[in-house]
Amino acid sequence: MTDAKTLLASSLEGTELSSFCPHCHEALNLYDPKTRKVWMRLHARAAERNGELLLAPGYDVVDRHVAVRFERQSNLELADEQVVDDLLCPHCGVSLIDREAHCEECASPVGRIVVSVQSKLVDFSVCSKMGCRWLGISQADEAKIKPKVKRQQKPEQDALLRTRNFQEVSYGFVRELAVKEAGRCLDCKKPACVDGCPVGVDIPGFVRLIKDGQFVEAARLIKQKNALPAICGRVCPQDDQCERVCILAKKDQAVAIGNLERFAADFERETDAVTIPRKAPSTGKLIGIVGSGPAGLTLAADMVAKGHSVTVFESLHEAGGVLVYGIPEFRLPKAIVRAEIDYLRRLGVKIEVNSIVGRLYSIEELFETGYDAVFIGTGAGLPVFMRLPGENLCNILSANEYLTRVNLMKAYLFPEYDTPAPKGRQVAVLGGGNVAMDCARTAIRMGAREVTIVYRRTRDEMPARTEEIEHAEQEGVRFRYLTGPIRFIGDDQHWVRQMECVQMQLGEPDESGRRAPIPKARSNFLMDVDMVIVAVGAGPNPVLFSGAPDLKRTKRGYIESYSESGRTSMKNVWAGGDIVTGSATVILAMGAARKAADDMHEYLMNGGGPWV
Amino acid sequence: MHTIIDRRELTKGDMISLTIEAPAIARKIHPGQFVVLRVNETGERTPLTVAYKDDVHGTITIIFQVLGKTTAMLASLKIGEAIKDLVGPLGCDERFTKVGTVVGIGGGSGIAVLHHILQGSKEAGNTLIGIVGAREKALLILEDEMDALCERLLITTDDGSYGMHGLVTDALTQLVEEQVHVDQVIAVGPLVMMRAVCEMTKLYGIPTLVSLNPIMVDGTGMCGGCRVTVGGETRFACVDGPHFDGHQVDFDELMRRNTMYLRDERTSLLTSIKAK
Repeated sequence: MTDAKTLLASSLEGTELSSFCPHCHEALNLYDPKTRKVWMRLHARAAERNGELLLAPGYDVVDRHVAVRFERQSNLELADEQVVDDLLCPHCGVSLIDREAHCEECASPVGRIVVSVQSKLVDFSVCSKMGCRWLGISQADEAKIKPKVKRQQKPEQDALLRTRNFQEVSYGFVRELAVKEAGRCLDCKKPACVDGCPVGVDIPGFVRLIKDGQFVEAARLIKQKNALPAICGRVCPQDDQCERVCILAKKDQAVAIGNLERFAADFERETDAVTIPRKAPSTGKLIGIVGSGPAGLTLAADMVAKGHSVTVFESLHEAGGVLVYGIPEFRLPKAIVRAEIDYLRRLGVKIEVNSIVGRLYSIEELFETGYDAVFIGTGAGLPVFMRLPGENLCNILSANEYLTRVNLMKAYLFPEYDTPAPKGRQVAVLGGGNVAMDCARTAIRMGAREVTIVYRRTRDEMPARTEEIEHAEQEGVRFRYLTGPIRFIGDDQHWVRQMECVQMQLGEPDESGRRAPIPKARSNFLMDVDMVIVAVGAGPNPVLFSGAPDLKRTKRGYIESYSESGRTSMKNVWAGGDIVTGSATVILAMGAARKAADDMHEYLMNGGGPWV
Repeated sequence: MHTIIDRRELTKGDMISLTIEAPAIARKIHPGQFVVLRVNETGERTPLTVAYKDDVHGTITIIFQVLGKTTAMLASLKIGEAIKDLVGPLGCDERFTKVGTVVGIGGGSGIAVLHHILQGSKEAGNTLIGIVGAREKALLILEDEMDALCERLLITTDDGSYGMHGLVTDALTQLVEEQVHVDQVIAVGPLVMMRAVCEMTKLYGIPTLVSLNPIMVDGTGMCGGCRVTVGGETRFACVDGPHFDGHQVDFDELMRRNTMYLRDERTSLLTSIKAK
């Protein structure tokens, strides 16, 4: 009962009704104590007789739905469907008929007055035909009197409770919340959100479908552009993308696009409504994909839909790349990743796990065995250390190792699962990105008494998603800003015990655009720690390159790309995602893969052409 | 899934040899490279250096000593059963060149790895002398194979039950005293053994190659758990190694790093025994 029409009706009902003449601004209200109704009173003329036309909102129940209608009364004894000749203000006598407008139901002339809805003045049209059911408000105006519904919060696990388990932190929308939230969308004519999405999902389209209760259809619409909606709904940085440019965000809060995407995808999966779309006829082309992370999976989905045969090579024993080894269970349940990958398998994508391209097969060999094109999406999985004295002490480890042990190898279920993870009572996490937040929140769940994020700059410069920082704060993670480690101190058994740090101050912006941290002289201090997780960034995965010596790489070791679509120095080899850009996000990798897929398809189907 | 084709107990219940079907890996693997395996769904990823490969039949052979839960599970597998995940080849492909006389020193299950590496070294045209050591006679493996590969084979046991009474370093001392010219030493075995060998060869100025076995998770350069200090620099054994110049390796650090999960390993083993 929150759509515009009902809201209008409920605003006009009762004693608070305010309707005005647009010319003399006199109120048109008339209270009838007998019926306890407030009527809108207009002067009407029909068949050269003058009289009154009274309107009052009312409700009908049709098919168990409440429909709004207007009761009409007149002392002109007019027949049903009879059209009055003129409508006038009872105070100033000016004709209210608007020549420009007409009834949107029966095309009769309309009289134009002004009503106040939620302290906003909107135009209201009165159809001149008796019995007309038109509510009197044009679709354009309907948007103006949108009920002010606040952005819906998705329910979350209690902060204290969730630090003791690995279950997903946020539960997602239930149907009612999703519909309510979807109703907030203004359905803009030029939706900025679509441009804000790296893969161009039809956001207003799927939000509208959710509003109308067509949840499965909403999921299918998303899947036309994004093969992994349940994942993106959870891990995309929406506050930097679609939701940042949402018109509502200017005055209020943006529509919760990410949560709605997640809702639609979860609904489709949980109700077993997932179907397989029709594939294009087979092209006979064979595509090899190196790496089964977000980029590889997106390209796989796109290419298989275009009719190509696709094989994905994954070096680990499970497909998903960073989605399975990096992002923790409590943020992205692995069952969801598996379900999304199963969907790709059902589309016809072949996935070969335990297959290291570069070792088991070189890229040349893939071409020799019949592949027509290769896509490299091996990501940024090489851990970066700080090269500080004492960094190889026991219980100092990379974020990658920690997260891989806990997520991929399920160390949180040790000893049911065989892989252990290091434990600490006083854990320091170095870095301020999403990975650092993931590590800190994982360490809390693994039983650490005190977890501190040590970051060189301040909260404002932290690259992590706002939601992740807030979640970490709620869960009791401490933050030590403007602090940088300079060495680690161990005990006689070579285990880390202390960390020497120096305080920082912010100077001029550096090449990253953020203010550069500068160490303060004589500000050194010691921090007691018995475990340190280094989460200061990642480099390109190295193992592929031994099998691809011809592949040109940048100074930092990433693959050199010669076109927007990720063509590399090797013919018929594309690359995309973190292996080209350096550490970024899931959705940017997917966007790059989409471009590569379109270009690859063009290139393969139109018989090549110049490579670069 | 990779089926076990053959299983042998090289010493009673302790040192096991498994031949596993893995045609693609067998085609590509070189001496000294390793594989990472995971026995079952709940298993740990475990690196093991390959002892033999047979690219005609598409098999690889691993030889290991039963030490913890994973090796105990591996040891319990019968012919026809399978290992869930097997990935490789991993580690640098060490191409052997002709240097002259090479002394290969192996201890414990390291002898199996040494044997494979020496095969590569022999193919490059080197003359081989082998030194193999064990705690006692019953624990010595691959004696015949080593004997066939090397010009000369010296055997040591800690308790004197077979061969020389002493350590592999004593046999090396004997070679030095005999004034045998040695161009390179390749040592594979327990870290204490490799450290002792390196201390000695450093003194004599003999280049020494060691094969390291640090803790690792993925084996492809993604976790950094296997970092070792070599010549003051941090290197990843999985992608930069596992072979390094033994004179540059910080063995003390590596030995301590390898004890990081000792308690967890014991818990893991005890839980699995209790569950049975």
